[in-house]
Amino acid sequence: MKAKKTFCKEFRNESASDKVFDLVVYVLVLFAVLITIYPFIYVTSVSLSSGAAVNKGLVKFLPVDLDFAAYKMVMQYNELWRAYGNTILYTVFGTLMNIIFTCLAAYPLSRKQFFLRKKLNFFLAFTMYFSGGLIPTYMVVTGIGLYNSRLAMILPVLVSAYNVMICRSAFEAISEELFENAALEGANDFIILTRIAVPLIKPTLAVLTLYYAVARYNDFFSGLLYLGKEKLQPLQLFLRRILLMASTEIMQSAGGGMAQDAVAQSTLQIRYVCIVLATIPIIMICPFIQKYLVKGTMLGAVKG
Amino acid sequence: MREDKRKKAQKLSKAEKRSLLRKNIKRDRYLLLMILPVIVYFIIFCYLPMTGLVMSFQKFVPGQGFMGLYTGDFVGLKWFRQFFESPYFFRLIRNTFLLSFYSLIFGFPIPILFALCITQIKTKKIQRGAQIITYLPYFISTVVVVGMITNFLSPSNGIINQMLQFFGHEPINFMGEKQYFRAIYVISGSWQTFGFNSIIFVASIMGISPELYEAMKVDGGNKLQTIWHLVLPSIKPTIILLLIMSLGNLLNVGFEKVYLLYNSGIYETADVISTYVYRQGIESQNYSYATAVGLFNSLIGFVIVFAANRLSRKMTDTSVW
Repeated sequence: MKAKKTFCKEFRNESASDKVFDLVVYVLVLFAVLITIYPFIYVTSVSLSSGAAVNKGLVKFLPVDLDFAAYKMVMQYNELWRAYGNTILYTVFGTLMNIIFTCLAAYPLSRKQFFLRKKLNFFLAFTMYFSGGLIPTYMVVTGIGLYNSRLAMILPVLVSAYNVMICRSAFEAISEELFENAALEGANDFIILTRIAVPLIKPTLAVLTLYYAVARYNDFFSGLLYLGKEKLQPLQLFLRRILLMASTEIMQSAGGGMAQDAVAQSTLQIRYVCIVLATIPIIMICPFIQKYLVKGTMLGAVKG
Repeated sequence: MREDKRKKAQKLSKAEKRSLLRKNIKRDRYLLLMILPVIVYFIIFCYLPMTGLVMSFQKFVPGQGFMGLYTGDFVGLKWFRQFFESPYFFRLIRNTFLLSFYSLIFGFPIPILFALCITQIKTKKIQRGAQIITYLPYFISTVVVVGMITNFLSPSNGIINQMLQFFGHEPINFMGEKQYFRAIYVISGSWQTFGFNSIIFVASIMGISPELYEAMKVDGGNKLQTIWHLVLPSIKPTIILLLIMSLGNLLNVGFEKVYLLYNSGIYETADVISTYVYRQGIESQNYSYATAVGLFNSLIGFVIVFAANRLSRKMTDTSVW
């Protein structure tokens, strides 16, 4: 309230041209926010409305005739829950491995006295600009027996050179004295890394964890390439089947005696329910992203 | 100085070098132990595939698994020639280039404009809230974004066509007609990224010293003049640097979004190099040919990044490496 009052006071004291300017700024920001959030509100509202209301095209903004029928239908899809479970497994385990191996790579590269530092830096950085490309990578991954293996979602994307560079800069920013003191007291590099270095770069690790976790959660490509078995597939592949393919499967489970229109409509609702369910985890982490993000992107920009 | 050092290094005999190496290894053994698994990872999943690029000069023989990467007969530049002469060559280059070019032209100014607006808002809560909301689409998976696009644009029950019908227009089959693809790709891409891409500009505007704002006020400048004469010049280096860096990605159109968004009816405007490589390689199993096309793409990409970096160093004294 207080903020609002001072704001009003400030606004009154401004010149006419500044008032117009402020108005334009607020309208533009409001427009940006609405245009970002409207699709999500619309999808949620359709998923929560009654089939009849959706069919007549009555849902524009908020739900009409609140109805959880579409959710109840989706809740019975074992396939969805299996895919969700797979994704949670890949995300939790994958992110953990990502962070561990990123630290293991970044710490030695940040030590000035490490005799292979320059060479290994180049060894990693080179992979950011040049790669074998899709087919050779595919042949290597399938060649070492990862086709239709859960590890195919984790091993090929174990470390990102770019994130190692970010993590390395964070380690480099730690005062050298701390390391020297620890070394004098007889701590080896493993102890220094886990007890001293890692706790000191927690904010950076938080950003990297977010990046990695979102990437693992959203990973569609690895599943598309390496997981032919539906049993192993992550949520994103299930979503593709539901959202983008003509899902006769949905029609059948929703069908019965419904008219053609009604079936199409409930297909739409089921699709939107799936979008809502898949998006909830991301929406939940968004406020945390805000907290750490500015710092994280700056890190990346300052030192490549 | 340097000359001296080099001479000294040359003077070291082989035996001395070896003993120095042994000493280094002993001293840094824990560091080596730490980084060893990561080195193994990069060798297997990055460098081994790079050696597999020899496949693009060979006739690949299937059925040998992994060793098939190296055992084919040498055919020279046959696959490259086939690609250059194929009717798709020009179309693929054009589509790839245009998609990223339009994304850049259309998508680059919006985050700057948004950052200028959002930093003008003095109520912290509104500012934070608006930022959190506009980041959201960046973190949504491509599958969900494309799912929303295709369902919103659906001719039978999509909201866009419902609106068109409300205004008395015939429904349009947006996904089925090739003239809409680029607009759909570019606009939705901008929607996804403008909030996130504004972060760096916001940070750079926040970094302008308050004293400069005060000085502008004393001089009697209004807010618009402040933006024009103070804020924009201050963030100019950031703008130039990011512009050059995005130029480096001009032939890098992500596979996922195009793959999920297109269909065989609109290849004319939608097919890009990465999706073509996928279809040729993974779906039709023309491994050697697809590898050659991919190699061509990454070579061009490499050259562009290199040129962009040179440009960046010249103009802003900042370079990626």
